[in-house]
Amino acid sequence: MSAATAESCLTANEWICGEYVSSRAEELTDATVEHVLITVTAVAIAVLVALPLALLARRWRFAAGGILGLTTVLYTVPTLAMYALLLPVFGISMSVVICGLVLYSLTILVRNMLTGLQSVPEEAREAAVGLGYGRGRMLFAIELPLALPALMAGIRIATVSAVSLTTVGAIVGYGGLGNLIYSGMHSYFKAQVLTASALCVALAVLADVALLTVQRLITPWTRAGGAKRRGPVPRDSVLDVPGTV
Amino acid sequence: MDVIGEAWTWLTTGSHWSGESGITHRLGEHLYLTGVCLLISCAVALPVAFWLGHGGGRRLGGALAINISNAGRAIPTFAVLVLLTLSPLGRHGELPTILALVLFAIPPLLTNAYVGVSEADRGVVEAARGMGMSRRQVLARVELPLAFPLIMTGVRTAAVQIVATATLAALAGGGGLGRVITAGFARYHTEQVVAGAVVVALLALAVEGLLVLAQRLFDPNRRRPRPGDAAPPRPTHHPTQLPTRPSTQPRPDGRRLP
Repeated sequence: MSAATAESCLTANEWICGEYVSSRAEELTDATVEHVLITVTAVAIAVLVALPLALLARRWRFAAGGILGLTTVLYTVPTLAMYALLLPVFGISMSVVICGLVLYSLTILVRNMLTGLQSVPEEAREAAVGLGYGRGRMLFAIELPLALPALMAGIRIATVSAVSLTTVGAIVGYGGLGNLIYSGMHSYFKAQVLTASALCVALAVLADVALLTVQRLITPWTRAGGAKRRGPVPRDSVLDVPGTV
Repeated sequence: MDVIGEAWTWLTTGSHWSGESGITHRLGEHLYLTGVCLLISCAVALPVAFWLGHGGGRRLGGALAINISNAGRAIPTFAVLVLLTLSPLGRHGELPTILALVLFAIPPLLTNAYVGVSEADRGVVEAARGMGMSRRQVLARVELPLAFPLIMTGVRTAAVQIVATATLAALAGGGGLGRVITAGFARYHTEQVVAGAVVVALLALAVEGLLVLAQRLFDPNRRRPRPGDAAPPRPTHHPTQLPTRPSTQPRPDGRRLP
């Protein structure tokens, strides 16, 4: 990395450097785009995989034990080890990072979907049966909409975690902003490390706010009792799922 | 797959276990870091959580418990490790690593212990007060035993978190088992990368398994109350399944599977 530009804060290697942001705007944009691409792809695939798994787990008790147990074990594997274990499967590629993130997101998503599906009131189901709804229609018209709040909560947590875990992908060269953090560490480039880290946190917060807005828009009925926000700490996903491994 | 055989060969080669960068030494470093950091973070987080949950600051505690976990999730561990390494603290050997590990272990400990203590069965707590127990006695003999499962969940989550984060520390120049993986990457030795990853994953699973076992063995709620024992009666429901008001985030029935 050549810090050839004779600008003051770049040569002084300061933590905060506007000159860095303006001169490397393109590099930063590319890294951010890669970061978003990896995160969005991983969460999207995870949602598509988690739904059938959650349905299977709901159908058969033994499947529930197996699926939840396996995803929990996967969640325990540290990120660096996960990417390392996937290396021989995909070679050095973006798929390593995406696949790792999908596996982590599955734990959160399957649990939350299952909870959401189980929280559908029995009366709603019976009413649908009475109206002559079949299995498929019941799922898509009754159960999934009612399970949406839990599902969206899961997607939010999975997305925020994925944004942060993507950085570790730098080990295979596909870490989005993590690449900048990693190379900045080797060249002792403080502005690059701090800027990339700050962007990463901003991305996570932005994604969370955006998803929360979507959640509010598609589940207007949950806003009915707006004042009951000071409830107990929601237990499902906050408690024993480690934050960013 | 070929790589599995090669990784096995790498693991079973004696020379890879000995020496400064051998698995034995790296495992020792990893365990030492994990133990020290778990003790420090428990010493910091648990008293605060007990105080908040016991009534010192319920409102503050509730907000803190939710937000600290969410914030911990949004902040990339890797970024914090690198930032600390580049800061003036980076000149003090393992200090940046230890600081990062403790920072990321505190949220699960604080949140779980706070929820456990603050949501201990109010009826039992009232009964204990009615019997004339002091605040300290209520905390030590009623609330803490009732909160034990959640406190242990926090300790377990924190321990797994520390093992995982300590692996990442290798990327930022720290020691531990992650070094086996990063060294493999640096030399393009896929079999070493995979072998290191297997050891790390097994360590994480072992720590998790051991703590689950410890939780089962030492749970005071499982002990049969002896006559004359002031211990609270065994709760009829597991504290993680306390009936709470309907929340937008319902929780699964079986929280943690073996």
